[in-house]
Amino acid sequence: MTSRKKLICVRCPQGCELTTSLDGYGAITKISGNICKLGIEYAETELKDPRRTLTTTVKVDGGALPLCPVWSEKPVPKDKITEIMRELDKITIKAPVSAGQVVAENILNTGVNITASRGIIIR
Amino acid sequence: MSTNYDVIVIGAGPAGLAAAIEAKKAGARTLVVERNNEAGGILPQCIHNGFGSVIFKKDLPGPLYASYFMEEAEKAGVEMLFDTMALDITPWGLNTEEPENRGGQRGSAVPTIRITATNKTGFLELKTKALVLATGCRERTRSQIRLPGTRPAGVFTAGTVQRMVNIEGFMPGKNFVILGSGDIGMIMARRLTLEGAKVIKVIELLPYLTGLRRNYVQCLQDFNIPLELSTTISRINGKDRVESVTTVKAGEGLLPIAGSEEDVPCDTLLLSAGLIPENELAKKAGIILDPLTGGPVVDENMAVNIPGIFAAGNSVTIYDLVDYVSKAGYIAGRNAADYAAGKTKPAEYIEIRPGENVRNVIPQRIHKKNAGPSEIMFELRVSREFPEKCSVNVMDGDAVLYSKKEKYARPAEMLTLRLDSKSADALKNADNVSITVSDLKKEEGNSK
Ligand SMILES: Cc1cc2nc3c(=O)[nH]c(=O)nc-3n(C[C@H](O)[C@H](O)[C@H](O)COP(=O)(O)OP(=O)(O)OC[C@H]3O[C@@H](n4cnc5c(N)ncnc54)[C@H](O)[C@@H]3O)c2cc1C
Ligand code: SF4
Repeated sequence: MTSRKKLICVRCPQGCELTTSLDGYGAITKISGNICKLGIEYAETELKDPRRTLTTTVKVDGGALPLCPVWSEKPVPKDKITEIMRELDKITIKAPVSAGQVVAENILNTGVNITASRGIIIR
Repeated sequence: MSTNYDVIVIGAGPAGLAAAIEAKKAGARTLVVERNNEAGGILPQCIHNGFGSVIFKKDLPGPLYASYFMEEAEKAGVEMLFDTMALDITPWGLNTEEPENRGGQRGSAVPTIRITATNKTGFLELKTKALVLATGCRERTRSQIRLPGTRPAGVFTAGTVQRMVNIEGFMPGKNFVILGSGDIGMIMARRLTLEGAKVIKVIELLPYLTGLRRNYVQCLQDFNIPLELSTTISRINGKDRVESVTTVKAGEGLLPIAGSEEDVPCDTLLLSAGLIPENELAKKAGIILDPLTGGPVVDENMAVNIPGIFAAGNSVTIYDLVDYVSKAGYIAGRNAADYAAGKTKPAEYIEIRPGENVRNVIPQRIHKKNAGPSEIMFELRVSREFPEKCSVNVMDGDAVLYSKKEKYARPAEMLTLRLDSKSADALKNADNVSITVSDLKKEEGNSK
């Protein structure tokens, strides 16, 4: 028995409606509806190991702004997000900050780095 | 600082930065005037990812997307004037008749546009041959959506709270209700939840989601935040601070259904009721606005009705994807530089009307024959949902000049229609052009 499952790709605002065909064992046999290849990657992981890109802020010491926006450069497991937030709450980084600077390496052993998404100059 | 430029850009958001980069690369002396103390426009507060999928083929946070353009602008040598608010634009044609009285720069055939601005040092008068308006958009406020009830503290637009939480590090409440299923509202629902606040529900007057579906999936569904469609707020309650909101179901014609009222306790109400192009400057300068988009009427070069003035980005029409904002900025910047160099000839136009099922379209007019570029991009929004296959058609009267299939079309998602040079050519000989969207389902049923 094959089945179909519809998903909305969340990898960019285009929001392609993906149709995945599954075989009797739940393995993907076909993915359609994607505009770009990120959609294929999304459908594959969404069914097996749902992940999301996390964006948030961390505190900055001595900066022109009190917070620095940060992001997980790759999607992290969905069920780890709350825990990662708690971890990042404990972090304060020192100004100056440069865009792309690693703020937390291999966060909670996910293999993903949390990095600054902008630069912050000294106050 | 000099006060004479080839191209002045007002606004250093993604549209303005792209315009300035392109104008400067084309050899124009370029200045950007920005009222904030840094570039990026609204992007520094949009810390979520979702920017850059078209231009960089990446899913970047807003600040990072902006930083690429800031670096480019710096490398290109664009001059920036921060903390400076443009107040008035005086196009050359308004008060003067004779070419020599137009205030044209000596030795140049291109007349001068004057800009009055203000900053810490006082008033400035700047002169330029070409001008790009990239002033972005603003949010609809409580008075614009007419919410009855008391006027307690705790009612904010979603963008204001986005700024408080993401830039200032200030949490304005504990228990939130969000009115409007626009993107900024949904993005803030997730953001507030991640920061430990409770988002009780998101309510939407219309029977469908007005933001992007990706945001429904990753901002509401992921965090079990309920979305109630066909529901609105009939009262805000509370004396000093919001204590609750009264919600009511909307029925036929979006009218409230008596007896469906419900009291929802909360301390903060966020409004995410849509964006409108920011066009105070344009209006004062006599630029013709399109009531359907709220922005200036533009041609395919992003030129408005006054020679030498161009517009780009959310000040023209509200875009979903910042990438297309940047692309429109490039077009405006390139053409502004051409104009400043005296390369632009007067042209004849044909009008483009939104036809059946199309709410608005840009550009609203294009050059007849020769003058236009080789390909044309239309950005449009449908006025109703097309859940199944549909076609977007370029019509000349009743004749279809070009059509493109879409898998679906939703009012919340902008459609981009690209005509290659050959199809664009056919259009240039037409005289009654409209863009329509029609169902394809029936035809397909027959052919099966
Ligand atoms: C509150 C809010 C939140 C948003 N969030 C998102 C989001 O999460 N995701 C998304 O894709 N899009 C979002 N948008 C849409 C976003 O605005 C566009 O994607 C993009 O930033 C538009 O670029 P722009 O350059 O046209 O305008 P903007 O980025 O708004 O830039 C306009 C610039 O012009 C300046 N300006 C205006 N008037 C003057 C003047 N008279 N003198 C000098 N300077 C002036 C402003 O200060 C600003 O810097 C949001 C918009 C708003 C209003
Ligand atoms: S498939 Fe590609 S274009 Fe479509 S939503 Fe996903 S990332 Fe965006």
